[in-house]
Amino acid sequence: MIPAPFEYVRAGSAAEAIDLVVQHGEDAKFLAGGHSLLPLMKLRLAQPAILIDIARITDLSYVRDAGDHLAIGALTRHSDVEHSPIVKEHAPLLAYAASHVGDPQVRHRGTIGGSIAHSDSASDLPATTLALGATYVAQGPNGTREIAATDFYKGFLESALEPDEMLTEIRVPKMNGATWGFQKFNRRAQDWAIVGVAAWKRGTESGVGLVNMGSVPILATSVATAIASGANIADAAQLAAAEAEPQSDLNASADYRVHLAKVLVRRALETTSH
Amino acid sequence: MKVTITVNGTTHETDVEPRTLLVQYVRENLGLTGTNIGCDTSSCGACSLHLNGESVKSCTILAVQADGGSVTTIEGLAKGDVMHPMQQAFMENHGLQCGFCTPGMVMAAIGLLNEIPNPTEEQVRIGLEGNLCRCTGYHNIVKSVLACANGK
Repeated sequence: MIPAPFEYVRAGSAAEAIDLVVQHGEDAKFLAGGHSLLPLMKLRLAQPAILIDIARITDLSYVRDAGDHLAIGALTRHSDVEHSPIVKEHAPLLAYAASHVGDPQVRHRGTIGGSIAHSDSASDLPATTLALGATYVAQGPNGTREIAATDFYKGFLESALEPDEMLTEIRVPKMNGATWGFQKFNRRAQDWAIVGVAAWKRGTESGVGLVNMGSVPILATSVATAIASGANIADAAQLAAAEAEPQSDLNASADYRVHLAKVLVRRALETTSH
Repeated sequence: MKVTITVNGTTHETDVEPRTLLVQYVRENLGLTGTNIGCDTSSCGACSLHLNGESVKSCTILAVQADGGSVTTIEGLAKGDVMHPMQQAFMENHGLQCGFCTPGMVMAAIGLLNEIPNPTEEQVRIGLEGNLCRCTGYHNIVKSVLACANGK
């Protein structure tokens, strides 16, 4: 399968990438690792006229300790997030989730920013960063702005990014010793999650993100509220799907997804170490 | 668009359409047909090769993305008549049946050992999760990779 013809340009910096997207408008798409976009283009589900290759903007690939949070460049590849000593130490849930994206070959190419900008509710990292209370940084022609993960996901494959904005950084609060769990239920190792759960807990504080439980990644706030009120994990997990709107498909009915979410949230919160 | 890519040690300057996939480039422009196209959707791993020393799925990379890079395909492993130790291990341990997944499996396995030189059996199985064998010959594939890691 071959994509429809397109024009290809390379950006050497974030500023240049934004100039190019302003110039070409909605016919243009950013190309990072290409592991979400190229499959869509090969199936002709996406036919951008112009691809702006941003993968060579090397100064957007980094992990930095920024005090109370980690700053991760949008072009940091999954394999680099997975193996980063800083991420492993301060946001081990994110490092572990990154190690479960696709397979090793995919993780050598795919980027954290690409996955988040693509905003697929079936992807692991949108729900994981949502659970961790992340903030995303977007750069546009008028400068940069911060977007809370809770305000970012607007609909199926739709984010709060404007057409002339590029995601540049992901800010993840440090987990400060929280226990955590990541549960991915699928049929084959490399498949998308039928349902996935990323969760952390520190005393009565907690955060629970759900993968593939609706058209957007879901923050299971009812579970966190119940735990904050003193509910035990098993009882709180019964509220797992309160915010979700799961769909039925070939892999699972909506009811089965609700069942899975309750079980997987309980397991994820009960995990005390990895 | 003109791309300069070093494949198996030889640098090629080639004019390609931007939509040319890396796997098409090695197969059709360079005639290196050892790299197979299986699912064509980055699931099966048959098209795995090394780009700048790491295993990747060449059906989901554009040749223009590899511009300036270095590629190794299955044809670049043997030195004359002497097989790469991973190829030798696959041969000695019956690590292939129909052979279709084999080039990708060997490239992924070498990539795995570059990152984890002495993997456990579980690490080999997880490390090869991106490569499917429709003959279901996984047992001997894993055995081959472990044998190669142990220098046998």
